[in-house]
Amino acid sequence: MNTLLKNAIWILVAILGAAAVGGIAINRGESINSLWFVVAALCVYSLAYRFYAAWIAATVLTVDATRATPAERLENGHDFAPTNRWIVFGHHFAAIAGPGPLVGPTLAAQFGYLPGTLWILIGSVLGGCVQDMSILFFSTRRNGRSIGQMARDELGPLGGTAALIGTFAIMIILIAVLSLIVVNAMKHSPWATFTVSATIPIAMFIGIYMRYLRPGQVMEASAIGVALLLLFVVAGGWVDHNEMLRGWFDHDGLTLAWGIMLYGLAAAILPVWLLLAPRDYLSTYMKLGTITLLAVAIVILQPSVKMPAVTQFIDGTGPIFGGKLFPFVFITIACGAISGFHALIASGTTPKLLANERDIRMIGYGGMALESMVAIMAMVAATVLDPGVFFAINSPAGIVGKEAVDAVAKISGWGFPVTVEQMRLLAEQMGETTLFARTGGAPSLAVGMASIFGSAFGNSLLALWYHFAIMFEAIFILTTLDAGTRVGRFMLQDMLGNIWPKMAETSWLPSMLLSSCLVVAGWGYFLYIGVIDPNGGVNILWPLFGMANQMLAAIALCVGTGILVKSDKIRYVGVTALPLLWLIIVTTTAAWQKLTSSDLRIGFMAAAEDLQAKLASGALPAEKAAVAPQLIFNLHLDALLTLFFIGILWLIVFDMLRVCVRYLNGQPVLPLTETPHSPSRFVEDWVRD
Amino acid sequence: MLAKLTTLWQGLRQLSGDDAYERYLHHYAQHHADSGEAPLTKAAFFKQWQDKKWQGINRCC
Repeated sequence: MNTLLKNAIWILVAILGAAAVGGIAINRGESINSLWFVVAALCVYSLAYRFYAAWIAATVLTVDATRATPAERLENGHDFAPTNRWIVFGHHFAAIAGPGPLVGPTLAAQFGYLPGTLWILIGSVLGGCVQDMSILFFSTRRNGRSIGQMARDELGPLGGTAALIGTFAIMIILIAVLSLIVVNAMKHSPWATFTVSATIPIAMFIGIYMRYLRPGQVMEASAIGVALLLLFVVAGGWVDHNEMLRGWFDHDGLTLAWGIMLYGLAAAILPVWLLLAPRDYLSTYMKLGTITLLAVAIVILQPSVKMPAVTQFIDGTGPIFGGKLFPFVFITIACGAISGFHALIASGTTPKLLANERDIRMIGYGGMALESMVAIMAMVAATVLDPGVFFAINSPAGIVGKEAVDAVAKISGWGFPVTVEQMRLLAEQMGETTLFARTGGAPSLAVGMASIFGSAFGNSLLALWYHFAIMFEAIFILTTLDAGTRVGRFMLQDMLGNIWPKMAETSWLPSMLLSSCLVVAGWGYFLYIGVIDPNGGVNILWPLFGMANQMLAAIALCVGTGILVKSDKIRYVGVTALPLLWLIIVTTTAAWQKLTSSDLRIGFMAAAEDLQAKLASGALPAEKAAVAPQLIFNLHLDALLTLFFIGILWLIVFDMLRVCVRYLNGQPVLPLTETPHSPSRFVEDWVRD
Repeated sequence: MLAKLTTLWQGLRQLSGDDAYERYLHHYAQHHADSGEAPLTKAAFFKQWQDKKWQGINRCC
């Protein structure tokens, strides 16, 4: 009877899920209730978790609850420590959830809500969650080794090097595009600039508080920090209304870009306790708090999604980024569907905390499903805006024109009516002078969130909510930026150490300064080009980031596939090989188009040639001609980078295939590095259900 | 209800590292009590803990 009831419940969930997905897929009305998105997502995740993830855990990976985990065998009180699974889940989720799942879906909303939503749902349950869970499992079976080490141990030195270089490259592109988004949100916005700048001294104060004033009182210090942050969101409004003060914080994009580079350099050099660690606490609380608030608001208020299911921009003419639905929606939404970066977390800290292998499904699969849910909410927040408003905020000036009148005329001409008056009123409500051409997703998400929160708590607070949302996104973008710059510095020091061993001493000042400057120069260059690019820069950088992230995911899935084959589980190899195949197809197609397309907004080489020709014939206005040589150089560099990413991707795929073929032919390959079974002490304490 | 709130609070403390020192003392008492060395002070432990926590990649995109 009990089984019958359980089955009935799962059948109901399946029917409900199918109805919700079908509902959002075939709806062609004016608008659709956003609750359908939440219901569809929850049903898809719970079905996949209950059946697919359970099957993978039991049959494909053969999770063994009686086996001692590294945390138990190597317990040392620091990094190896058996931990309650909910706590591990919290750590893991806080580590994997960054700004990526908020930005990608917002940009991809230019295709309409449907393509992005379907890819987030399908990509996560069949790809991203599987990747996170299997890498977490394989790393747990290998004493918590990193993905790079596992690639070296299981496939060979090529795989290890590819993973290392790939991680470094993705870090540079990621930081550049994220800081560009912050710059676009802060340019000529004294309120946003003031609030975001204030997070730096607040973090430093909290750092000193935690280290010296009240050592180790983490919760207390964080509470003070969060209160200060909220206070400074309000204070930003006063600054905005003060003629003298607002001048101090009213800057153009380039000045802000230099400021962010200086900040990145400082963060890489200053001790972690002063800036990095306290900022991370604050951003983690803000992140978890705001995401929860957004979820509650969406469930209670059920705002209407006004974006059409599919827009005409699937033909590749979209204003935010050029390129057809296939393959670009799969490149634009990486985090939230499948994110290679997660493999670094799932193979680093998390496996050292697992108390039991049983928890792998919940933490690996469940953690990614939750991040995917965040992406769905970002999609909802972006698509509850009037489509005209959405495009007015996100379209760069180079596409729709610098003047408001031109921009609204062009956008309305696409069939998404919007007026200058409407945008002026909206900007005024949000406490901004203008919302046009704030490309990158953060501002439109903030407007979306502000309007959702505003309808719950009253419209008089719209400006506050908007700047709260901007601060919330900026603070954890900056956290990714400073943590990433620092990690990049260590990786570079390590690499340079191969040439000159002295460079590998991480605390040697000249090495520290040189490598920090190199890393900042790396992403600073792309940020600078992104700011001077009249087409907004995001349209170039985000696809590059997407390709890099998918490449890292492909490396992780190659490691997984190789291990499955070597473990004589070729029957189940499709679990990792099919998502891998899909990633190879989309990434290669996207790279191919980026290199060879004759469409100026897609092909790097075509754009470079076009600009060269215009420059030579004198057809460019003076201000564009001044930056044209830099843009041309950058387009060539981007083409090279694309070739590089795709080259690494294919190298590792062939390396993996080589290992698999050799194994299947009975030729010698590197042995499996799984640690031998040793029984868990904890097992006697519980009875298997 | 109160018990649930306490569990939640303990979870939060553990997640944030607020109780890291208490857990260290516990681990010390179980494994190193007979080593003859005194445990670290709270300030010294926290320094070590924080510096360790920030090695390697612990944040994602």
